[in-house]
Amino acid sequence: MLSLFVRSIFVDNMIFAFFLGMCSYLAVSKNVKTALGLGVAVTFVLLITVPVDYLLQTKVLGPDCLAEGVDLSFLAFITSIAVIAGIVQLVEMIVERFSPSLYAALGIFLPLIAVNCAIMGASLFMQQRIQMDPATSSQAIGDVWDSIVYALGSGIGWTLSIVALAAIREKMAYTDVPKPLRGLGITFITVGLMAMAFMCFSGLTI
Amino acid sequence: MSKLFSKEQKEVFAGPLTLTTPVVAQVLGICAALAVTSQLKPAIVMGLSVTVITAFSNVIISLIRNTIPNRIRIIVQLVVVAALVTIVSEILKAYAYDVSTQLSVYVGLIITNCILMGRLEAFAMMNGPWESFLDGVGNGLGYAWILVVVGFVRELLGSGSLLGFEIVPSDWAFFHNDMMTMPAMHLSSWAASSGRIAPSTR
Repeated sequence: MLSLFVRSIFVDNMIFAFFLGMCSYLAVSKNVKTALGLGVAVTFVLLITVPVDYLLQTKVLGPDCLAEGVDLSFLAFITSIAVIAGIVQLVEMIVERFSPSLYAALGIFLPLIAVNCAIMGASLFMQQRIQMDPATSSQAIGDVWDSIVYALGSGIGWTLSIVALAAIREKMAYTDVPKPLRGLGITFITVGLMAMAFMCFSGLTI
Repeated sequence: MSKLFSKEQKEVFAGPLTLTTPVVAQVLGICAALAVTSQLKPAIVMGLSVTVITAFSNVIISLIRNTIPNRIRIIVQLVVVAALVTIVSEILKAYAYDVSTQLSVYVGLIITNCILMGRLEAFAMMNGPWESFLDGVGNGLGYAWILVVVGFVRELLGSGSLLGFEIVPSDWAFFHNDMMTMPAMHLSSWAASSGRIAPSTR
């Protein structure tokens, strides 16, 4: 489980290994504070949606779960996105009711999380990992605790990378970037270099 | 024919095919654009899938746009898109299994592709079905050709081949630049060897 946690932060990093959540990653990484806010919100939503989705997959949609001979796993996309959209709406209402200051801080990011690929991607990767055999692979997700650990790891990995990029971009505002590269060009190059650095973790064994 | 395409409709269709295409101009849908373009074939399949899904989800949302309550419109849109993605994914599994395993989760991630949601919100909610269809096909193809161009360059420089056929002899090192295909190689080696711990490097 520790291996699952560490690998989902560094090796299977949502941004650097799979490009997930790239749109908001590039759009919201202009300063560290908002980046951290979005990262925390993503982690929070992941921590709820991935376990709920895990339970749905294994207890309701899987083969022979509802009735003998009924396999509903082709409905996986629709249920995952419905769970995500519903829970984001719910979280939004709860945060608005009980903590208006946090609600104001997160602002537009909360509703946007529903269409963040990192959330959907984590659910889909979790579905792939259910198929793996826990005996041969430490990356398999065998019970609901594994899925929580995986969600936490993915969320922390995403937060780590967006905060790091935001810090670099804050410093980069003072540097003399060549004119054609200003804006997104230099950001893409930065992300590429960061991704190469993260590739070094791919041999990591625990 | 003149009734089928009025001037504005031609504009709606052809506008996104130029360099104002959503990927380039607004940096939308960039996750999949980076992830599936390490080879040409998955890029083409992905582009076509996105075109089909954008077109038909635009039509469906445009047909029911007056009955959707405003508060829950995002969820309705997501469910329509998810249903279409499920259909496309099942078709790919049946007729192009190897490509569908290569694309793995990125087919499912079409649901959260910003281009789709953007077109539904900005166009289909306000226009009739035929205009929406043209807009969907135009934007889908605008996305697809960018994917194909990037896929062409990355496969040629990364593995010296196109659509899997070897173009450049394998001892010409410049055309076998692993950096071009890097994270996708990481992805496929991870998927192929679920039990293996470290993906080996060449």
